[in-house]
Amino acid sequence: MNRALRIAVPLALGALVIGLWQFLVRHNGVPVYVLPAPSDISPAFRDSFAELMAALWTTLQVTWIAFVLAFVSAMLLAVVFNLSRTVEMALFPYAVVLQVTPMVSIAPVILIWIGYEHVERAAVLIATIVAFFPILSNATVGLRSADSNLVDLFRLYGASRWQRLMRLQLPAALPYILSGVKVAGGLALIGAIVAEFVAGSGTATGLGWVITEAGRNLQIAKMFAALGLLSAVGVANFYLLTFVEWALLHRWHESAVKQNA
Amino acid sequence: MHILALSHIAKTFDSGTRAVGDVSLAVEAGDFLTLVGPSGCGKSTVLRIVAGLLRPDAGAVEFPQGRPETGFVFQEPALMPWATALGNARLPLELKRVPRAEAQARAVTALERVGLGGFGNAYPRELSGGMKMRVSIARALAARPRLLLMDEPFAALDEFTRQALNDDLIKLAREDGITVLFVTHSVYESTYLSSRVAVMTPRPGRIAAEIALDPPATRDAAWRLTPEFAAEAARISRALAAATAGREAA
Repeated sequence: MNRALRIAVPLALGALVIGLWQFLVRHNGVPVYVLPAPSDISPAFRDSFAELMAALWTTLQVTWIAFVLAFVSAMLLAVVFNLSRTVEMALFPYAVVLQVTPMVSIAPVILIWIGYEHVERAAVLIATIVAFFPILSNATVGLRSADSNLVDLFRLYGASRWQRLMRLQLPAALPYILSGVKVAGGLALIGAIVAEFVAGSGTATGLGWVITEAGRNLQIAKMFAALGLLSAVGVANFYLLTFVEWALLHRWHESAVKQNA
Repeated sequence: MHILALSHIAKTFDSGTRAVGDVSLAVEAGDFLTLVGPSGCGKSTVLRIVAGLLRPDAGAVEFPQGRPETGFVFQEPALMPWATALGNARLPLELKRVPRAEAQARAVTALERVGLGGFGNAYPRELSGGMKMRVSIARALAARPRLLLMDEPFAALDEFTRQALNDDLIKLAREDGITVLFVTHSVYESTYLSSRVAVMTPRPGRIAAEIALDPPATRDAAWRLTPEFAAEAARISRALAAATAGREAA
């Protein structure tokens, strides 16, 4: 399929669904507090534009800071795991515990520790924890996945540990790391929202808070406006990271090569 | 003068597999010595021991003139997919911290010598199987080895490509005065390439016979069709059959 069609087809489907939604809500007289029509949402979006943008900015900051923190810490730990099997054996199960325990259930504790006067800091921490694991586990596997013949060749030519890491293991791990990064980008956003949902009050000012508050006040149209914005941010994040992946891999890696074709 | 001497090498893997039984072998500088034997007879293990990638359980590996600069060519091209042909050929030099300009020049020359002068900026996925193997050979040559270890490098290639690479290898090894230790299970390949053939028994591998060959000054497709070539190949074949049957070759 060519590029134009690949953009046009989903857009056309989206327009169709929105049109159908508008028609069904109006035709069946669905009350606005149950399901607002698209024509109710866009004025709500316009009326609360400034508030929504401020909330969006807060959420984005939390997401991106958490994402960077998760990336740096997960990469460092993956390298440490690679240097020492013992450390990996000792720590990896606890990383799994952190991953499998639902974040909503840890979030209240973290909020209490950090304090409701700093909800954004708690949100950064929670989002970091959620985004951490996919990068750690993918990087750990990736660093081990270098071609064994190349590992031998590096030994034969007397490569240092550092040379092996920088010139062989990290490039070989890159496709793994990037797919972990794509998952982590989505999770960081979820973490940022969850933290505000759990806080429910205090100094929360992000999109999660706008959604909670609008729901309580039965401003359903505004709630949908915030939801739409949130999805748009999620999608934009995903495509941004997909683009980064493509830019780094398309010249040499099969997965990216096939996407080109 | 020997460049390499193996005496009573043995290697058993942790899995309990006795790969190499008792291998003694002396390699002269300038030799093209081929190890021939059935699959799994420990030929590759011997090469890896010579390269220092494996430690033998018993026996000694000696380099009477000091450890020579050693190159290794694997059965797979083993290229870094994220690097261009030139980047791959530069690898040994970069690992040895050869100055960048010199490394670049030597990698360019090495690629030209294997017939890939115009492909320096190509990524491995853009190259055919034979071309990838040429990059792999260029990478080994760029480091200017005195000893080149080759582990069934052409086994995965089609017959036509394999013969072209055989001819190029003979020429390159001769030009650079490289001693080659080559592993194959093809009798014809060993006949064509070698100045000497060591026939190995099935696992645990031992040297069953050493056969000195006297190839003509120019080896080409016509030579492959001569009765002399067939007779040499038959000698190796018989020794291999005898070794596989568990008897020492006469």
